[in-house]
Amino acid sequence: MKFSENWLRHHVPTNASRDELAATLTAIGLEVEDVAALGESLDGVIVARIVSAQKHPEADRLQVCEVDTGNGVVQIVCGAPNARAGLVAPLAMVGAQLPGGIAIKAAKLRGVESFGMLCSAKELGIDPDASGLLELPADAPVGTPLAAYLGLPDATIEIKLTPNRADCFSVRGIAFDVAAALNGGVIELDARPVPAQSDAAMKVALEAGERVPRFAGRVIDNVDASVPTPVWMAERLRRSGLRPISFLVDVTQYVMLELGQPMHAFDKAKLEGEIVVRPARAGEPLALLDGRTVELDDDFLVVSDSRGGRAARAVALGGIMGGQDTRVTEATRSVFLEAAHWIPSAIIGRSRKLGMHTDAGHRFERGVDPQLPGVAVEYATRLILDIAGGVAGPLVDVTLPQHLRAPEPILLRRARLGRVLGLAVADDEVARIFTALGMQVEPQADGWRVTAPSRRFDIEREEDLIEEVARIHGYENIPTHTPAGALTLAVEPEARLGELALREQLAARDYYEAVNLSFIGSDVLQRWGMTERLVPLANPLSADLAVMRPSLLPGLVEALRHNRARQQERVRLFEVARVFAAGDPPVETPSLAIAACGSARAEQWGEASRPLDFHDLKGELDAIVAWGGEPQRWSVHADGLPGWLHPGRGARVARDGQTVGYLGALHPQLAKALDLGPDVHVLELALEPLLARRLPKAAAVPRFPSVRRDIAVDLPEEVSWAQVEQSVRAAVGGALAELRLFDRYAGKGVETGRKSLAMGLILQDASRTLTDDDADRFVREAFAALETSCKARWRG
Amino acid sequence: MDDLDTRAAQAQAEIAAADTLDALEALRVGLLGKSGIVTAALKTLGALPPEEKKARGAEVNRIKERLADALGARKQVLEQAELDRRLASEKLDITLPGRDGERGGIHPITRALERISAIFGRLGYQRADGPEIEDDWHNFEALNFPPHHPARAMHDTFYFGDGRLLRTHTSPVQIRSMQGRQPPIRVIAPGKVYRSDSDQTHSPMFHQIEGLLVDETSSFADLKGTLAEFIRAFFERDFEMRFRPSYFPFTEPSAEVDIRWDADDGSTRWLEVLGCGMVHPNVLKNCGIDPERYTGFAFGLGVERFAMLRYGVSDLRAFFENDLRFLKQFA
Repeated sequence: MKFSENWLRHHVPTNASRDELAATLTAIGLEVEDVAALGESLDGVIVARIVSAQKHPEADRLQVCEVDTGNGVVQIVCGAPNARAGLVAPLAMVGAQLPGGIAIKAAKLRGVESFGMLCSAKELGIDPDASGLLELPADAPVGTPLAAYLGLPDATIEIKLTPNRADCFSVRGIAFDVAAALNGGVIELDARPVPAQSDAAMKVALEAGERVPRFAGRVIDNVDASVPTPVWMAERLRRSGLRPISFLVDVTQYVMLELGQPMHAFDKAKLEGEIVVRPARAGEPLALLDGRTVELDDDFLVVSDSRGGRAARAVALGGIMGGQDTRVTEATRSVFLEAAHWIPSAIIGRSRKLGMHTDAGHRFERGVDPQLPGVAVEYATRLILDIAGGVAGPLVDVTLPQHLRAPEPILLRRARLGRVLGLAVADDEVARIFTALGMQVEPQADGWRVTAPSRRFDIEREEDLIEEVARIHGYENIPTHTPAGALTLAVEPEARLGELALREQLAARDYYEAVNLSFIGSDVLQRWGMTERLVPLANPLSADLAVMRPSLLPGLVEALRHNRARQQERVRLFEVARVFAAGDPPVETPSLAIAACGSARAEQWGEASRPLDFHDLKGELDAIVAWGGEPQRWSVHADGLPGWLHPGRGARVARDGQTVGYLGALHPQLAKALDLGPDVHVLELALEPLLARRLPKAAAVPRFPSVRRDIAVDLPEEVSWAQVEQSVRAAVGGALAELRLFDRYAGKGVETGRKSLAMGLILQDASRTLTDDDADRFVREAFAALETSCKARWRG
Repeated sequence: MDDLDTRAAQAQAEIAAADTLDALEALRVGLLGKSGIVTAALKTLGALPPEEKKARGAEVNRIKERLADALGARKQVLEQAELDRRLASEKLDITLPGRDGERGGIHPITRALERISAIFGRLGYQRADGPEIEDDWHNFEALNFPPHHPARAMHDTFYFGDGRLLRTHTSPVQIRSMQGRQPPIRVIAPGKVYRSDSDQTHSPMFHQIEGLLVDETSSFADLKGTLAEFIRAFFERDFEMRFRPSYFPFTEPSAEVDIRWDADDGSTRWLEVLGCGMVHPNVLKNCGIDPERYTGFAFGLGVERFAMLRYGVSDLRAFFENDLRFLKQFA
């Protein structure tokens, strides 16, 4: 909401400076977004009249003007296209300092002397219009200082209104708040009824029920619609962000800005019969003021007349915009003024449906004072009669009383006020605040009975009154203290690894945390073969942000690519976030993903570099699993891999036999499609199983030394380590404290198709020291088992 | 006798001149070894008469001790010299990089989010969470946004075909934390939220932290105190702060909190950092809590904003580009 500072000050006289006024507005919840000073430096600028304008002898675009200053005639060279004899325009005289620091001096322009400058609105800092000289009314008093004539200096103040304060879409509404905050008062509005001078009237019927419970109208005949809008009115509109259009339209705009009631002026001569307010018919066309023709449905409301039959023709789109056919023009002689009450739910969303935005629609969406229509019509009538003359008919104010709710008194309890704010506000201050806001206050033993004015329909309950007291008394005057009350300890369970701890562990293992958007494009998912149980957005921002990600990997690998493309050869990223799958409700699974590429270790001087491989990433899995303290519950499986994994270099990860994720190298086809090499390895696991952590239960440390025996066997290539480990464990039983694989070799010296494994058996007995014989026996049993179950051959 | 004396004196000079441990050892063997001259002298003692034997024995032992001391002292000197030599040859370039010293880092959003959560954790706030795909009731209706409420228009909402939506704020977690539970309640709910808005200063996904306290005595003054403490704790400095009346359907009175921020050019300006207010009685009622008995306050803040201020990040989009050159600055 933009408004003129001076206009506001007119309604609420105050000595507060501009800065103080702005600070006050912000402090009471009408947040000031911008204050644009207007006409700050206009000393030496006067109203002047161009007496004659001749073409400059040396320049096509310049004219030499004789200008009447009210105190003699001066010669001015001017380049404005609209400079012409008879025009009244601002003249900056020699010695004037214009905004922006332009000093006006006597000068020669292409050989012709010029004693000042005729100015555009922009040069004077009062409007962005730089298209030509600011045209002043012909009756503007020549010689008067321009600032005095235009009511400058002024400022355009822009405030950001919260949705509850629809009443502040008007200068008067803001004035009440300012008056309360500055301990002042709002001047009385002169909206006395204008007595009817004729019986010219239009019959009005309300046929939209609760949606339009009030409609006020008046016919004014013999109006001179061609009168120029008075400067004071035009300036107030302009400084409030509205462009003056024509007198009758400007009056409706002016009343809307001042009182908050949107209005419309019809050319009475173009209306026929009776006015009926009704829902639009399906497919009903309406040519609007902005030149567009829209097709309506019964969700919209219209004002209609009797052309073509009763209620046949729509002449205005209710609460939003007037119609083209019945609009006022400068030729209008007879006007029908309209101010109605359209309830918010009948207007909300309708403008947007038509792809438009109007000041009227915006106000009705938020809510307008239902008592205003009659007042607004009276006020506008007086303005029109005063300025453009005319003969007013009677005010027609049709209401549906059953749909007009009068404000109910609300009880504010003193104790509740003190309790919610943590501050006891003095009784007389409370009463003062409500009174200044235009509310009726009746003191009660335990508080106040307060009735809000009809414009404040945001006041519905005790809390609303508490807020009024708080914001006008000042949030800064509410003390600060620390909450008392029972404090319960907020402690995470010990049997769960914190998410932050997990992230920090990964950071310590040389991974950077990434944060990707939760949406991804379906084409990317297609490429990964992730097409099941997707959760697409109904209104995505774009096709590449259209689906809730079913996996963190596509996004994370994109991030990896982003870095690869920026000279980062070794990229190690992880992300912790939710992945989504269709369901009722949709399934959200917090997950951990890792994507890594480049060399296994950072480039360094001591050891040969090698590319990252499957077992590097598996080491990360092992480390993560180790934090939980129960590695035996975890297993990897070569079967059941998703299509995006390399079939021989990928693993399905399970915990207690349940699949919880995957790891491995990207499938070469996918890697190629993504323009990535074979070194890209990824991991993705559901987060919750990772965070489960064993609460330690201590066992006695073994009292007897352990014995180590190393064995080497060769066995067929396809026998997995897990099989070997399982055989040895089964054979040796509880005495096997640990089995360490310390060498794996295939190649020269080992038969083709076979490999050699060397492992250390750490043997331990809780009750005695194992003898050499014991150890030898275990080794024999281990080997025998390997021989039968794994086709192993003894190597040493 | 004189011969031994002479030899001993001569040997002492030789010991002093010995320049290797081997030479010194050869000297020791020649003097004190099994067939060394001192040992030989001791062996001759048996043949002497008892009175002479005693005097002579004492004399030989003195010489033996003197020589042993000299040998020991010289040995120490030579050993030290050899150690010095060896140490001098074992010098490393200690400025070469260490092995496997690389470390990653957590994301600045996580960092700020965890710091904020930890501060409230110390004040007894329990972490809570809810789904990111929410229903209309939790995201709007229960928070006192009736259908068609103009405040809904301020939340550019992502919808799904079934009418569900992506939560536009973490406030639905307030509802989930209060349902089926009675005060005292202190929860903090960090998480991702979504608005269908994307430009230089808006990301369609961002992070919020919601705080909620409900008990029998909480007041607006408590809210002010809590947030002032929090701001000071997070930034580790004092700020000029202001609470500005604002509007959220689920709190009343409502406020926005501004802090007086110093720009790099030395100027200061008010910067909005938080929204907050007293929990609206309708919201308490929607969750089965008696608004007459209990009052509460709630606040919500944007984590990106706090991270930007705290770490001097000027471009919101940098948070989601995952460029290592950015991420490495927070390791």
